[in-house]
Amino acid sequence: MQQLLNGIFIGSIYALFAIGFTLVFGILDRLNLAHPSVFAASAFVGIELVARGGMSLWAALPVVFVFGAVLGLIIERLAFRPLKNRADAHFAGLISSIALAGMLIALLQWRYGPDTRRFPAGSFPDTRYEVAGAQVTLVQIVILAVSLTLMVGLTYMVTRTRLGRGMRAVAENPTAARVLGVNVDRVTATVFAISSALGAVAGVLFAINVNTAQLGMGIAIELKGLAVIIVGGMGSLPGALIGGLLLGLAEVFAVQYIGSSWRDVIAFGLLFIILLLRPQGLLGARKVREV
Amino acid sequence: MRHTKLHTVAAATAAVFVLASCSSGGESGGSSASGELSGEGTGDSCTIDAEVPLGAVLSLTGAAASYGESQQRGLELAAKELAEKGGVTYDLTIEDDQTDPRQGITLFEQFVNDGVSLIIGPTLSNAAVQSDPIAQEGGVPVLGISNTAAGITDIGDYIFRDSLTEQAVIPQTIAKATEEFGLEKVVVMYSNDDAFTESGYEAFEAALQDEGVEIADTLTFSKADTDFRALLTEAQGQEPDALVVSGLIEAAIPLVTQARELGIDVPIIGGNGFNNPRLMADGGEAAEGVVVGAAWNSASDNPENQAFLEAYEAEYDAAPDQFAAQAYTGLMLIDEAIRSECAADRESLKTALGELEDVPTVLGEFSIDENRDAEHPAVVQVVEGGKFAVLE
Repeated sequence: MQQLLNGIFIGSIYALFAIGFTLVFGILDRLNLAHPSVFAASAFVGIELVARGGMSLWAALPVVFVFGAVLGLIIERLAFRPLKNRADAHFAGLISSIALAGMLIALLQWRYGPDTRRFPAGSFPDTRYEVAGAQVTLVQIVILAVSLTLMVGLTYMVTRTRLGRGMRAVAENPTAARVLGVNVDRVTATVFAISSALGAVAGVLFAINVNTAQLGMGIAIELKGLAVIIVGGMGSLPGALIGGLLLGLAEVFAVQYIGSSWRDVIAFGLLFIILLLRPQGLLGARKVREV
Repeated sequence: MRHTKLHTVAAATAAVFVLASCSSGGESGGSSASGELSGEGTGDSCTIDAEVPLGAVLSLTGAAASYGESQQRGLELAAKELAEKGGVTYDLTIEDDQTDPRQGITLFEQFVNDGVSLIIGPTLSNAAVQSDPIAQEGGVPVLGISNTAAGITDIGDYIFRDSLTEQAVIPQTIAKATEEFGLEKVVVMYSNDDAFTESGYEAFEAALQDEGVEIADTLTFSKADTDFRALLTEAQGQEPDALVVSGLIEAAIPLVTQARELGIDVPIIGGNGFNNPRLMADGGEAAEGVVVGAAWNSASDNPENQAFLEAYEAEYDAAPDQFAAQAYTGLMLIDEAIRSECAADRESLKTALGELEDVPTVLGEFSIDENRDAEHPAVVQVVEGGKFAVLE
């Protein structure tokens, strides 16, 4: 039971991170590799807000959400927009986003130094609950609640709102969307902002969950995020949610039943098996090229 | 009369060095400079005109930065005190290996070619395993000031260390903890992608067997891991009398915090990586009851230690940790070795380091044993009220 909860908590953070990843990919067909550095940057900023600014943990979350959104706009403006008309825009954007990620991390190191940062002692409420014999902290419940709320909110926005319709139109065919009067540039920028805001919140939640923020934390989760969106089906939002939880649970149960040394082998082995059986991912649709 | 006599001795010594450097022929750097690197007198009266070039390779950025920073402070404090003492002066160059063994190799090559008399470092054992052979091949003595993994000094006869090995500290830690807590069954956890923590694990395993303590389960993690809940839940299921953990401080803090969160309140026995005041600073309440064997007893009342504590506090406005103490001691030992023969070339330094015996230091009475490893008393500590206290 405890292990199940452990897996769900870590899995929900993977999912939140991956949803930001997959949103940009699904709608804009771009892979934004600066996403992991947004994850790391926001963790550091979140800690700074709490440690220096004296904000409570919960007040810091919306601020970080906005910070992430702004970073997303910057990423879109610097790394993607100038290259969008190139024939190789996919690769060019991929590579320029890696460059931007490197710069972000270097700026972080300049600002915060190489040390691991933590929230000041006593910034978490130490309320604990016992659920069916398992220990759960209030912080963990909030992490799960925030992740789920954001994911549900996003799904609602994409499927039900005007902005969401615009996004889906752009995803379908940017040129046609433009002809029909959708402001493609604005939709693109919004998608980046939302994606990075989600990544930013995931970063702070991760830092809260393990009370650790390191410069390399983005790199550690990058691979997992990619695995999650591939397992879930590239571009599928519910797929990323399921993929994230699945990866979290796979890691935890690998420890319990097989051995801790095998954790990554199992988790990434699962990825291979799913790809062999369902190349389009669990909830991905096979792309049909129409003439 | 006496003066001339000394002159003769010095001249003779110099002649020997010239001969030695002739016979060793093709060697570059150090041996060509050896003529200038010897002086008159012994011990406190030794005077060497030229500055003695020393290199230090520390991890000032990256995962091990918190250790490297302490070491840098320890070395700089010692260098400052030695400069005030005079007679032998040092030109100490500290370089950052960024916690990357490949960077360490480059720096070692650079120091070997620059003709330094000795290289201090590197910070981590897994870097030492890769870079020390370069110094050994180049004939440059190395003094490790924090390498505690097994086999480091087996690399060759130029490799020394002033850091007590885990193999020396851990059996004492386990014996003491078994006696204090009546351990019967423990769970062992270690990060299996680091030479240092892996050799720590082997020492723990052997010590636990010697004490007849059952190892209910062995769990591994990666040194980059920060979420240990799955492992800890697994460990908890075994109902151990203690957790025995070999990991670096970056892993130690979240591990200990999460263990307490999950309601694991048995003692946590850590390796050398846990021996860091940040454990209490960042872990807070959760760090209580952590047991760590250490090479340096910060509460020791020997005069060298008291002087060191005071000087460090005055200089940096912070309490030193073991890494600072060992770094400080390292430079002091080098000074002691150089003064014993009043010669600072690579070969003399190598010989003199090997002959260090019962030197009073911050770490206690210090000797280099026949394996070029450190020999001095260890201490077993437990965290109580946010501080390391001697476990008794």
